[in-house]
Amino acid sequence: MRFEFTDEQLQIEEMVRSLAQNEFAPRAAAIDAESRYPEENMRQLAELGLLGMLFPAEYGGSDAGPVSYGIVVREVAGGCAATVVGMAVTNMVGEAIYRFGTVEQRRKYLPALAAGKGAGGFGLTEPSAGSDAFAIATTAVPDGDSYVLNGSKAFITNGSRACVTIVMAVTRREPKKEISAFLVEPGLPGFSVGKPEHKMGLRGSDTVSLSFDDCRVPKENMLGAPGEGFRIAMSTLDGGRIGISFQAIGIARAALAEAIAYARDRKQFDRPIADFQAIQWMIADAATELDAAQLLAFRAAALKETGKPFTREASMAKVFASEAGNRACHKAVQILGGYGYTRDYPVERHLRDVKVSTIYEGTSEIQRVVIARELLR
Amino acid sequence: MVFELTEEQRMIQEMARNFAQKEVLPKAAELDETGRFPDELVRQMGELGFMGVAIPEEYGGAGMDNVCYAIAMEEIARACAATAVIMSVNNSLACDPILKFGTEEQKKKYLVPLASGKKLGCFGLTEPGAGSDAGSQKTTAVRQGDQYIVNGTKNFITNAPQADFCVLFTMTDKEKKHKGITAFIIDMKWPGITVGKHEKKLGINASGTASLIFEDVKVPAANRLGNEGDGFKIAMHTLDGGRIGIASQALGIARASLEDALAYGKDRKQFGQPIVNFQAIQWMLADMATEIDAARLLTYRAAWLKDRKARHSKESSMAKLYASEAAMRASVKGIQIHGGYGYIKEYPAERHFRDAKITEIYEGTSEIQRLVISSALIKD
Repeated sequence: MRFEFTDEQLQIEEMVRSLAQNEFAPRAAAIDAESRYPEENMRQLAELGLLGMLFPAEYGGSDAGPVSYGIVVREVAGGCAATVVGMAVTNMVGEAIYRFGTVEQRRKYLPALAAGKGAGGFGLTEPSAGSDAFAIATTAVPDGDSYVLNGSKAFITNGSRACVTIVMAVTRREPKKEISAFLVEPGLPGFSVGKPEHKMGLRGSDTVSLSFDDCRVPKENMLGAPGEGFRIAMSTLDGGRIGISFQAIGIARAALAEAIAYARDRKQFDRPIADFQAIQWMIADAATELDAAQLLAFRAAALKETGKPFTREASMAKVFASEAGNRACHKAVQILGGYGYTRDYPVERHLRDVKVSTIYEGTSEIQRVVIARELLR
Repeated sequence: MVFELTEEQRMIQEMARNFAQKEVLPKAAELDETGRFPDELVRQMGELGFMGVAIPEEYGGAGMDNVCYAIAMEEIARACAATAVIMSVNNSLACDPILKFGTEEQKKKYLVPLASGKKLGCFGLTEPGAGSDAGSQKTTAVRQGDQYIVNGTKNFITNAPQADFCVLFTMTDKEKKHKGITAFIIDMKWPGITVGKHEKKLGINASGTASLIFEDVKVPAANRLGNEGDGFKIAMHTLDGGRIGIASQALGIARASLEDALAYGKDRKQFGQPIVNFQAIQWMLADMATEIDAARLLTYRAAWLKDRKARHSKESSMAKLYASEAAMRASVKGIQIHGGYGYIKEYPAERHFRDAKITEIYEGTSEIQRLVISSALIKD
């Protein structure tokens, strides 16, 4: 048991906190209001090596490890949540290509991802395959030296910004359904990007549908072996869930800090509202739950870092952190009262931004299925 | 961030688990039903070093760390919450303040027998009129030469009927309010001390809870713990540690609720299949397990900070608040999963529910924990 960061982790925390607070936070309201992709933030993240944190330097990465990565996600989320989701998916895609890709695939894509030449996309979800991810209908049929892809993907983060998207498609239906993963580049004939979704929160992040209409993808672009796609997807999401946990924690910590500052300052009945137990209780509960969430998330990250199984722990972290994050943001809006409901303060944005964390990369319901399954083993 | 237990921590976990499952668990229902104080278990725990886990060996303890203490507490509470609180009070509320604030003579005379389990300790802070407002002490200690004369009444004192020694809080200077509180080590055999009525409780029935009445009790000045006026500080420091013990107790109760519900749910068939196949049941189990893990991490963090002699008031309060409320929720779900069987005494689910409730109350109610946490955050 050691509940402290290493010196290197402390340095990363300080560096990223200062970037997020001094650069990202002041831009966040405009990025949200204009639904503008945070290009300048992405550039800064790339310059600091924060887009390739989960693969080694020989491919342009910084290989900082899951715990440092968690710290970075938390801090960036505290500045601008729309920025962190693009960053997180890019890191996740880079890690998957490193883990499952050939040396050629790594060389081709990883330096570009790390340098921010394009984002990474992860194409699993479809209009009719959300929680039931195995039900995807996109097909990939071998034809000569290519696979021909047909189908569509929904809610794909970074979809129109990606220099490479991992696309899951069915390569065999009988006797047993098999899914394979493909590395798809923009501009391929038959590959098109749909309209951006109008979202409740994370409005600066890029979320689109993708369509494949007889799109030919070279065979060497298969990631992993034929039929390995679903395993790659699930394994990638285990790590992704740790990222979403830290994202929810970072957003909620920003909301709580705002609420505490406001409560100290705001006077009603001739004293700061922080003097009232009604307000103190909300602050105490939010802080306790966020500390618990962080410990769950760091535990999952530490297990991942040491190469141990972490599926159950990642699901626990994800369901707990996303739900605690939502509760904390609700409380923050409540503490700010009418002001919390306006765009003059950031807490209504935090509430909109944090909401999706109970939904994407596995809903709370899917996390509970995973946890219960592990308990019942 | 390292979340693995050390060799020593794994060792005590295994030892405590074996002892708790073999010796304590089979007696838990009977202890609850009869309210009998488990003398034999307390003696065995003393032999195993559980009555002074984090007390150095030179003072009669096991010489382990506070994470070990939390681990051992959880295992004992998993089997019997009443036995666990006897252990917790002795470790956290009797041994720990003497170790931290006692003189060398006091340690030799009182800590060694307490930590080795040869004697039992209690903690006299609460009074009929001083619960959450612990600073409003009415018990007085008046100096006369080289002794103090103590008068007053203490309430809800765990281990009071069986204790040999008591860490007692008194008012020596009413004008100074909580800065006029002074602590003493009391030998319960001294004249003038009466153990009042034993409380009948909702749960933790096998632990003794009684009032203590002090009538002109002569206490040697050498038995003063710390200086005059140090008492409130000693009490608060002591409770910071005690809350780690109660958080661990709550964890043990929560785990008992989960493990019993899991076993029942796998076995129980309705609609032609085990009820754990239904998402309604799975959701409850998943939430219990997640909250238990969160509570355990908060508890270990507080214990780890205490081991490093770092500030841990806020963290202990978070652990105690979260673990006790998680235990309450888990025990409610545990009964629900058992259905009608959860409501009857043939199954332990209802005992867990009754035992869990006290963890939200003693050693600082949930409300006091929230005060501690919010004031740390707002003042920061």
